[in-house]
Amino acid sequence: MAHTVPVGQKWWSGGKSPFNVEYGKLMMWYFLMSDAFTFGAFLISYGSIRFSSSSWPNPNEVFRSFPVIGEMSVPLAFVSLMTFILIMSSVTMVMAVGAGQIHDRKAVIKWMFLTILGGLAFLGCQAWEWTHLYHEGAWWGRNPFLNIDDTQSTTNFTNYFFTITGFHGFHVFSGVIINIIMLIKTWRGDFERRGHYLMIEKAGLYWHFVDLVWVFVFTCFYLL
Amino acid sequence: MDSSHTTTGGLPQEKNSFDTKAIWKTFWILLAITVFELIIAIIYYETQFFPKHILNGVFVIMTLAKAFFIVAEFMHLGHEIKNLVMTIAIPACLFIWFLIAFLWDGSSYHTLRVRYDSYYDQQSKTKVVNPEHKKEEEGKKPGKE
Repeated sequence: MAHTVPVGQKWWSGGKSPFNVEYGKLMMWYFLMSDAFTFGAFLISYGSIRFSSSSWPNPNEVFRSFPVIGEMSVPLAFVSLMTFILIMSSVTMVMAVGAGQIHDRKAVIKWMFLTILGGLAFLGCQAWEWTHLYHEGAWWGRNPFLNIDDTQSTTNFTNYFFTITGFHGFHVFSGVIINIIMLIKTWRGDFERRGHYLMIEKAGLYWHFVDLVWVFVFTCFYLL
Repeated sequence: MDSSHTTTGGLPQEKNSFDTKAIWKTFWILLAITVFELIIAIIYYETQFFPKHILNGVFVIMTLAKAFFIVAEFMHLGHEIKNLVMTIAIPACLFIWFLIAFLWDGSSYHTLRVRYDSYYDQQSKTKVVNPEHKKEEEGKKPGKE
């Protein structure tokens, strides 16, 4: 999968990046590593508490509502829509990166705009889901749901759910802000003058990371 | 931070490496895995046909597969040189220890709690009366902890 490096090429002898990427991009990777461990700590703490509990609420019972259609029960449908939106916006982000590599300013603007729309749609969905759960009585410190075996559940379930999806939602929010700044800078022609669109690639790395975290949040809270 | 960078770290060859087809292929793979996960989750919910822990193993494998495709294709790590791949992949291996240690710890705490905390043990076996009433009672019920 990795590029095969010519035999005998000395990557570490100086004069070039031993990682063959620009400095800022490398640092973005390291920042994302640290962020991955932050999310990892949250999710593993959640797992640890779950393993220490005798029972846990059933996600299919808790997350079964969908806007507009009312009382009909559709387990996990809404959260799959959210997942689809986020994967889709990851695709448009890659397209923006690709357009940047061939210096197609108009295409970068188009794809960045679509990525921002996807991010906003995701945030809107999450806001609806939180509001809905809040009206069902769930919040930090309050858990209206029973365990899957009808025993009394603790507030661990809601505390972890709101903290972790909230932290992820905050990442999506900052990603949208970063993308808006990148869109404005593209539109003003800053990157054209600079001669490269590497800033779009760095914003892209961050955006995909947000998608990556969602994959794990989705599994931990909605499937397991 | 990058205004002084006129060179891009020596990767002009990257300009030709962008492949729209591969991106869409990745998209369809991710979508297919997600839809498959949902289908088996809903089948399990309706029928309880197979043991939940086997299902969880399937979910974890599918999640790792999705993570691999996002990192390798969308984040382009699969097309970078080995030095960079390793500087990310090796520290990420800490997660293996991290998961084993803390989940083990959680389950050990559960064993101790069930054995020595009879109140907890009893609570976790007492069904809440009239689960039908939970709709009305929602929000008033205080959490146990």
